[in-house]
Amino acid sequence: MREINLYTLEGVYRQNFTIKGYEFGQEDAVVSACIVGSLRGNEYQQTYICSQIIKTLTRLEDHGQITGNKKIMVIPCLNQYAMNIDKRFWPFDDSDINRKFPGVSNGDTTQQIASEILKALKGYTYGIQLTSFYMPGKFVPHVRMMETGYQNTSLANLFGLPFVVIRRPKPMDTTTLNYNWQMNATSAFSIYTNCTDYIDDASARQAEAAILRFLTRMGLIKYNNHSGYIAEIINEDDLTPVLSSNAGFYKRLVEPGQQVFHEDVIGEVISPYSGETIEQIKSPTEGLIFFAHTAPTVTEDAVVYRIIRRLHE
Amino acid sequence: MIEEIVSLKMPMDEQFVVSKNRLGAKNGIEGKKRISIVTGTHGDELNGQYVCYRLIEKLKESPQYLKGIVDVYPAINPLGIEAGSRGIPMFDLDMNRVFPGSESGAMAEHIAYKITQDIIGSDMCIDVHSSNIFIKEVPQVRLSPENFDELLPYAKLLNSDIIWALAKGAYLESSLANSLNMFGVPSLVVEMGAGSRITRSYCDQILGGIFRLMSELGIWTGPITDVKESIVARKGDVAAVHVDRAGLFILDIEAPGIDVVKGQPIGKVVSPLTGEILEEITAPKNGYLLTLRSHPVVYKGAIVARVCKENQE
Repeated sequence: MREINLYTLEGVYRQNFTIKGYEFGQEDAVVSACIVGSLRGNEYQQTYICSQIIKTLTRLEDHGQITGNKKIMVIPCLNQYAMNIDKRFWPFDDSDINRKFPGVSNGDTTQQIASEILKALKGYTYGIQLTSFYMPGKFVPHVRMMETGYQNTSLANLFGLPFVVIRRPKPMDTTTLNYNWQMNATSAFSIYTNCTDYIDDASARQAEAAILRFLTRMGLIKYNNHSGYIAEIINEDDLTPVLSSNAGFYKRLVEPGQQVFHEDVIGEVISPYSGETIEQIKSPTEGLIFFAHTAPTVTEDAVVYRIIRRLHE
Repeated sequence: MIEEIVSLKMPMDEQFVVSKNRLGAKNGIEGKKRISIVTGTHGDELNGQYVCYRLIEKLKESPQYLKGIVDVYPAINPLGIEAGSRGIPMFDLDMNRVFPGSESGAMAEHIAYKITQDIIGSDMCIDVHSSNIFIKEVPQVRLSPENFDELLPYAKLLNSDIIWALAKGAYLESSLANSLNMFGVPSLVVEMGAGSRITRSYCDQILGGIFRLMSELGIWTGPITDVKESIVARKGDVAAVHVDRAGLFILDIEAPGIDVVKGQPIGKVVSPLTGEILEEITAPKNGYLLTLRSHPVVYKGAIVARVCKENQE
């Protein structure tokens, strides 16, 4: 394992900002897969998963289990300036690096960071990003790909996670790492686990296993692991949103992955002052819960669930 | 007449409301031209607040000259303005990246949809922005390259220092102005001053332009002032100046809005710890200084100035 400084930005009142990568395989081997952790400072789970992958790959390398002519890079944290002070975005100007791609080499600070990151990530055959969603909630673990014309759902299936989600890119998505990685001819996948700003060990182990499974199946490591799932391929637009029509405290009654039926009560909105239930949220369809809102309160018109229609356990 | 465009319940006994003030509708709206003035998309941009106040005050002073409809939307991201945050506070989401929104989408998209639908039907929309807290801009109109030729005649009436054709960028696609242009509402983006501040002289300058434009559209028949001849900046005319070093940026020029010559000192990056000058910044070419740094702490890549080649059209 080699620790490589991929990018350094001079600090003013803090130590220099550095992005470190951990490389496995022979130095002159072909760059094959890159695993990227947190671009945002609250993506602790994503960084933690990378740290676990680094631990495992170090052990595998010591036992000669990295394939001879392949190189694997893991970059656990790309925004330690934010993570160290509990901010989600670049602390100085509150900008989201994952909305700055492909970056501008002579642009503003975060545009330069994005540009340098993308430069460092170019040429990899497979790109795996551990990322998070902007709304507070839990997902069933899944692999997400943008529909860029370059997406390959068969490859996404090799992670062995239960679901592969295809997202038709909206304009705001075209500035993400995933989209730009794909446009640079890397097969890019985003892995969503069930949490972001805290560590869930079981979910982290599932993500780590999925990534190791993928690396094994692509011939990059020699490793025995469970075959996982044959994934259900879903278009994001086909998920049924369930909206709250009231506001107050929110009680979630079902969890991601759980099966629900038409008219099942799946959530409650409670008056913050009287304590009375003011709304019972009912499932508009039968299916599996894909996403669940987890915040303790809810506004009117919030998406509290997304359901995969007519899919059963 | 003040109308609620969006009204959503918030968890703790509060209603989220986006309001507009419709002026000129007392005797009906049939056959009248309509202009919409929108601002407060980013919570840290406050010049538009003053523009709205002065515009409504002037229209109320002389209602006899008002022959059309003026819809004023002073705060389409009211929570952001109240919290002093650029985005929508609960999601850290840039409101100007979610248009045209979606009727059944999550809260931010739903709000964006309602606002867009309410503005559709206007004969013209002016979307007033400020810069952020880091840089100060002279009053300018920014146009997307797709609509540049169509919108230029209107932009020239707005009394700005400069009309700037932005490079085609994905981030523009989901902005309010771009969405409205796609729906057939000619929309101009005004940018001026710095974030979290009001520069009254800039606001008054643009206000003069709004009355000139309303006069052209037949909405206003009262007195108007002459508008200045704006510099028209096309692709490649504007050069951005970035710093290479991190430190404290000390200005050699007081404010933007002046002509500079190549090599003229703009400022210097210094170290407050060692007392050294780390970098001297000069004008890259002769031209008009339209942007100047206002926040003194800089990292590599921070923009400190923009200079436009003067090319009167």
